[in-house]
Amino acid sequence: MKSVDVDRLVDTSSIIVCCGAGGVGKTTTSAALALRAAERGRKVCVLTIDPARRLAQSMGLTELDNTPRAVSGVDGAAGGSLDAMMLDMKRTFDEIVLSHAEPQRAQQILANPFYISLSSSFAGTQEYMAMEKLGQLKATGNWDLVVVDTPPSRSALDFLDAPQRLGRFLDGRMIRMLLAPAKAGGRGVMKVFTVGLNVVTNVLTKVLGGEALRDLSLFVASLETMFGGFRERADQTYRLLKEPGTAFVVVAVPERDALREAAYFVERLAAERMPLAGLVLNRVHASAAPDLSAQRALAAAEALDQSGESALTAGVLRLHAERVLAATRDRRMAERFAGAHPAVPVVQVAAQASDVHDLDGLRQVGAELASGYDAGAPDRGRRAG
Amino acid sequence: MAVSDFPSVKLHVVTGKGGTGKTTVAGALALALAAGGRQVLLTEVEGRQGIAQLFDTPPLPYEERLVATADRGGEVYALAVDPEQALLEYLEMFYNLRRAGSALKRIGAIDFATTIAPGLRDVLLTGKVMEAATRERRGGGRLYDAVVLDAPPTGRIARFLNVNAEVAGLARMGPVRQQADSVMNLLRSRRTAVHLVTLLEEMPVQETIDGVKELTRVDLPVGGIVVNMVREAFLPPELFKPVAAGSIDTAELGRGLKSAGIDATAELVGALAAEAGDHAGRLLLEERERDELAELERPTYELPLLAEAIDTSCLYEMANRLTQQGLV
Repeated sequence: MKSVDVDRLVDTSSIIVCCGAGGVGKTTTSAALALRAAERGRKVCVLTIDPARRLAQSMGLTELDNTPRAVSGVDGAAGGSLDAMMLDMKRTFDEIVLSHAEPQRAQQILANPFYISLSSSFAGTQEYMAMEKLGQLKATGNWDLVVVDTPPSRSALDFLDAPQRLGRFLDGRMIRMLLAPAKAGGRGVMKVFTVGLNVVTNVLTKVLGGEALRDLSLFVASLETMFGGFRERADQTYRLLKEPGTAFVVVAVPERDALREAAYFVERLAAERMPLAGLVLNRVHASAAPDLSAQRALAAAEALDQSGESALTAGVLRLHAERVLAATRDRRMAERFAGAHPAVPVVQVAAQASDVHDLDGLRQVGAELASGYDAGAPDRGRRAG
Repeated sequence: MAVSDFPSVKLHVVTGKGGTGKTTVAGALALALAAGGRQVLLTEVEGRQGIAQLFDTPPLPYEERLVATADRGGEVYALAVDPEQALLEYLEMFYNLRRAGSALKRIGAIDFATTIAPGLRDVLLTGKVMEAATRERRGGGRLYDAVVLDAPPTGRIARFLNVNAEVAGLARMGPVRQQADSVMNLLRSRRTAVHLVTLLEEMPVQETIDGVKELTRVDLPVGGIVVNMVREAFLPPELFKPVAAGSIDTAELGRGLKSAGIDATAELVGALAAEAGDHAGRLLLEERERDELAELERPTYELPLLAEAIDTSCLYEMANRLTQQGLV
């Protein structure tokens, strides 16, 4: 299995995007990479989406004000610093509206029910806004490195698809049709559209009621004046992800579903020619005494049960057997992934006895991420146990 | 067999944080409900095809398909609800607009409406599930004894189910509003229960507590808490604290190993003690999380962590455990 040179990654990248299925430790991985980069001397900002409460508190993320705040307790001896922010998707969207429209018009848009729906619940707005925010943070030039934790989407791929989907949607045929009567000026070509529009309006009126339709036209008209080429904007954020200096880190755990998502993602990144730094495999089980096999431990536990000696030892042996089996299973999962994706470097992080919720915990995860790499032998297998 | 804690419930909504095994629990619950010859519909609404993966079947179409037979003759059907298809069906049912519907689909209007009209998507999804749960006579489709919904995750569940509030800004009256009202009537009744799946870990427990608060606030019926993937304890509870703190009786461990015929080197004893320490630490943490959940005062069910990947036979085992503990 190839390994990831994590220190090189955090020292040289300008954007690191952590992606993967929900519940695999993306936020912790992002924060650990960001902290390590900062303590190695870089000016870093980490953009998180939905951190665990105690982790958020430990990073000083107590208020949702949508701007990066300095994290205290970071070792700045090497000249680096760490800022962190939690994404507020609606607020980010509102800020775009406020910066593009005149105050009165902006207020109209912000109060429109269709806008509220789009900005707070459209599947993809969060992903789009994460990218928008990333673009804004990069543009300030305040940071050497921005680490992004992607939203907990229903599928990891949403993150890549959503910005374009939103762009396509707002730039789409339907929106243009709804705008057509205003622009067509009675020209023949538009007649087809107008007939189509009547069908659409009739159905929408039936289903939604006339009031909703008026809100909708207002919303569509505002979008037109305000956003112009929404898709262009989406394309821009997309290009940012392909720039040199950007690195994707796919995060997974050694379980079937998470690795399936990871595999989709790896293939998709390759198809899009986006730079993949590697796979971080969290929660990998390991045994401290790999030479005592599970079978032997279980047989010994049974012998102790029968002789009635030391229930404590029997319990500890059963625990050991379980850990050895878990370690074997995890290794097999990792090897299967590596076999199917031989070019993807993998770094493994051991299952932690407790949840990570302070800077020390993050520091440890960062050190473990970096320790898997041996500069002399980049292709060495990790076959301990 | 225990008596069911939810005898009046027809619609079981299952939610949980990502990674807690919500779909697996929904599948096991459907099997448990079907046992003994009942007909159960298992639905999903997020386009993930999680049910097909769980039961190892090809991707589900917008159609009720038999995916499993239960203990003693019941049947589990599955349906992946798709908002576009649901809107077309809705247009056909209420307005006889089938042809207009397909024309609308071609120009992207269906996608448009289901995407942007506030709450419309959720009304359509929950509406379809409600339709299946309230069917009364033959001709309107298969009749089910129970419907299980593999719902969106805990963080979004209250908003997803509280469709009335979501469409309020859109439709103060009219057919969508009526549909939303009847969905809410079912959801708020004793015929519905929202079960939350969690693990004994900090974040999932916190989300479960927040989810229960949120559901209660909007007047939706909280059902049971299903604690999934519970580890086996290899130590007696009184040893959790000392062992976690590193004071395990290594002399006894050494003697025990020797008498079982294992060469008890200091290295091996140390390694096993370290493993036991980790384990005890985890168990202590789980105890704390369990206490937090107990404060919710909801019926709680536990499912063990399975060593192997989930396959269909595990689902039957999980179904049995849910039944024994009284969820069904």
